Parts: sequence; structure tokens; C-alpha cells
Amino acid sequence: MVELPDQWEVAPEPGWVEPSLAEEFPGLSIVSTVLETTPGRSPEALRERLRTLSDRIGGAQAIQLRQQPIPWAYRVFFRHIGLDPDTTRTPIEELIFERIHDGRFKSRGRVDDALTIGMVEVGVALRAFDADQVQGRVGLRLSAPGEGFEGRVSPLPDGTIVVADEERPLGILFDRTAEGRGVRRGTKRVLVVAIGVRGVPDIALEEALWVAGSALRA
Amino acid sequence: MPELLERHDIDEIELVPEESLVPPAPPEGLDTALYEHDERAARADLRRQIAAMELALARLFGSAFPRQGIEFGVAGLGGPRLLSVDELEQVRDALAARVHDVSRRLHDATYVEEKNRELIEEMAADPAAYKWVRVNNADIGEPGCKHWHSTPRWGPFGMLLGWWRVKISSGCPLAKGPRPPNP
Repeated sequence: MVELPDQWEVAPEPGWVEPSLAEEFPGLSIVSTVLETTPGRSPEALRERLRTLSDRIGGAQAIQLRQQPIPWAYRVFFRHIGLDPDTTRTPIEELIFERIHDGRFKSRGRVDDALTIGMVEVGVALRAFDADQVQGRVGLRLSAPGEGFEGRVSPLPDGTIVVADEERPLGILFDRTAEGRGVRRGTKRVLVVAIGVRGVPDIALEEALWVAGSALRA
Repeated sequence: MPELLERHDIDEIELVPEESLVPPAPPEGLDTALYEHDERAARADLRRQIAAMELALARLFGSAFPRQGIEFGVAGLGGPRLLSVDELEQVRDALAARVHDVSRRLHDATYVEEKNRELIEEMAADPAAYKWVRVNNADIGEPGCKHWHSTPRWGPFGMLLGWWRVKISSGCPLAKGPRPPNP
């Protein structure tokens, strides 16, 4: 067995899920890890990896995608929370759609490219936040009545499912990121978050984080 | 008896309507224990049904390719949020209707395609009986640009002599236009 250097270790930290949500959606989970990296243009090695990935994905995979266990689990969860996965696409389907539409996975920068690789390889939904703008552990909860959301004038609709730290919402689940909480120029530490739903094994979440983490260090 | 009715030392008893004997709400704690539990079980059951229908729709989606014009969409209800039993029922019913609709359309399409396959066989067996008939890959539910065309051999001369044959096209035209930009 090959021993990896310490810096390759991605230590996933389980997040919290509000009890009412956990009771309604058994299997809903969130796992995160902090990686020290800087955003910016992807290095050639990462772009090459993206090109190789583009060559592996074609129309046949896109057609069969929704029958595969993990993408199907996300589609089902979208239905359960009131989203239409054909309008608001699941993260993996959005990427595959763009691949078919554009002819390749476009490079959008180091962090986004790493997340793309992690999501396409494993199928798990990943998001990134600026780790220095996050207070405490991240989790999933329902928004409180009248709760505000940075970057949005009106308050969140009551009961919206959000990704939150211990103080405020960081983003709407499978939707917008709160202003100032996402990865931007000057970010030094990236918090990569994997969101699991029923039907997605825990090991897939860890694998997705590991793949994204290794891509970030390419 | 009249003397009993005329007694003033007995307090008058106020009669209450029968329905008010039913308490307006269950005792504290009991309502959530019973009511909420049942709703949660109903929601969980509806979610299982939605999952099964989503899988059925996904399989139909895979089977339908490359046929065009089949609608697979089922409108969302605005989220992400917890849906009530009524809303989950709406999603379940919409999915069920869509699965039924797509199944019926696919059934109709496969019937027509089967007839077109038979037509190709008949054309190949007797091209002169199917003059100028053309069947495309799309007509038999296959991807690609191939087509079967009953045409006369040697043009007008073959047409006069009744030398008909089924010509199979060589596929899609080659891609044209500018090269894609370098990544």
C-alpha cells in the first residue's frame, strides 16, 4: 500500500442536520473538509484531467445518468423537496448537460474544476465556501420565519432548507450561495461540502471530497 | 311533584349542548403524539411512491431515446422546503400521470415502428410494389441518418423497365463548419 504524504489527507468532518429535517429525510447528511488552496486559473495538470474527463462522458452516459443509483437518489430528493430536477437540475446533471451542450467541461478556475471532477467521478453534490467566513461547523436546517439571507433583499421564505454554519445561512440547498460566503479572490482556505441524501452511501461522500481534494492539489 | 318543582333552595342546573361535551382539542401532548405521527408516516409513504415513480420515469426516458417530442417534465412546487401531505400527493399524482402518458406514447410509437420495420422487409422483398417509398431510421426508433429508399436502377431507363431496388443510404453527412476552438 502506497503511503500518501500528510498533506494528501482529507479529513471529512460530519456536519449537523436539524432534527426535524433528519426525521423527515433519513439519510440526509452533510460532510465537509477544509483545504488550503487559492482560487485562480487551473494549472495545466488539472485542465488536462478535465479534458480526459470530457472524453469519457458522452451522450450515452447522459441518457442513462438518471437511472444510476446516486444521480437517481438526488432526483428523488429534489422531488421530495418541491424542486423539478428537469428545471432546477441536480448538480451532476447540470454538469453533464453542460458537457453535452459545450462539447467539453469548460475550465472555470481551480476550485470549480476540482469540484467538477469530484462530482462527475462520484456523482455526489459538492459545494465550496470560504472557510474563513464560516463560523463553527456546517449543517442543514430550515430557515426561521423572517430570516435574512446575505445578497437577498427580501427574507427567505419560511422553512427553506439551507446550508448554514452556527450563525447564519451560507447558501440555499442546491441553489444560491450567500454573498461573501463563497470562494472569491483572496480566499486562502476552502471549505468543500458534500451533501448526501438517502441512497447515497457515506463512503461516496468521502470519496467525492477526496477526489476534489486531490484535484485541488494537482 | 309540583312541590318539588317549586322549591327555590335547589340551584338551577344549566344544560349544555351535547357537542360541547367533546373537548375542543386533545389534552396537551396527546395531539402531537397521535396526529403528527400519522402525518409523518403518510409523508414517508408518499415519498416512497414518488421514488418508485421517478425510477419508472427514468427508465422510460432511457427507453424513449432517440424519439423526439415526448414530454417528461413534472412541475415542481417551489423549494427547497418540506412539503405537506397534500403537496406530496400532488407530486405523486403528477408523476403517475406523466408515467402513464409517456408509457402510452411509447407504446404507440413502438407499434408504428414495428409496422415500419415490416414495411422495410416487404420493400426489400418486392421493391417494385413500393415505388419511391422511403423509410428513415427515425421511423423505426433508431438514432442516425440511415434510410431505405425504393428507387429504380439506372434512373428513367430502369423505371421504364421496372428495375426497382431498395437503396440504403450510407449514413449522416460529414460535419462541416469551423473547427471548435482549442481548449
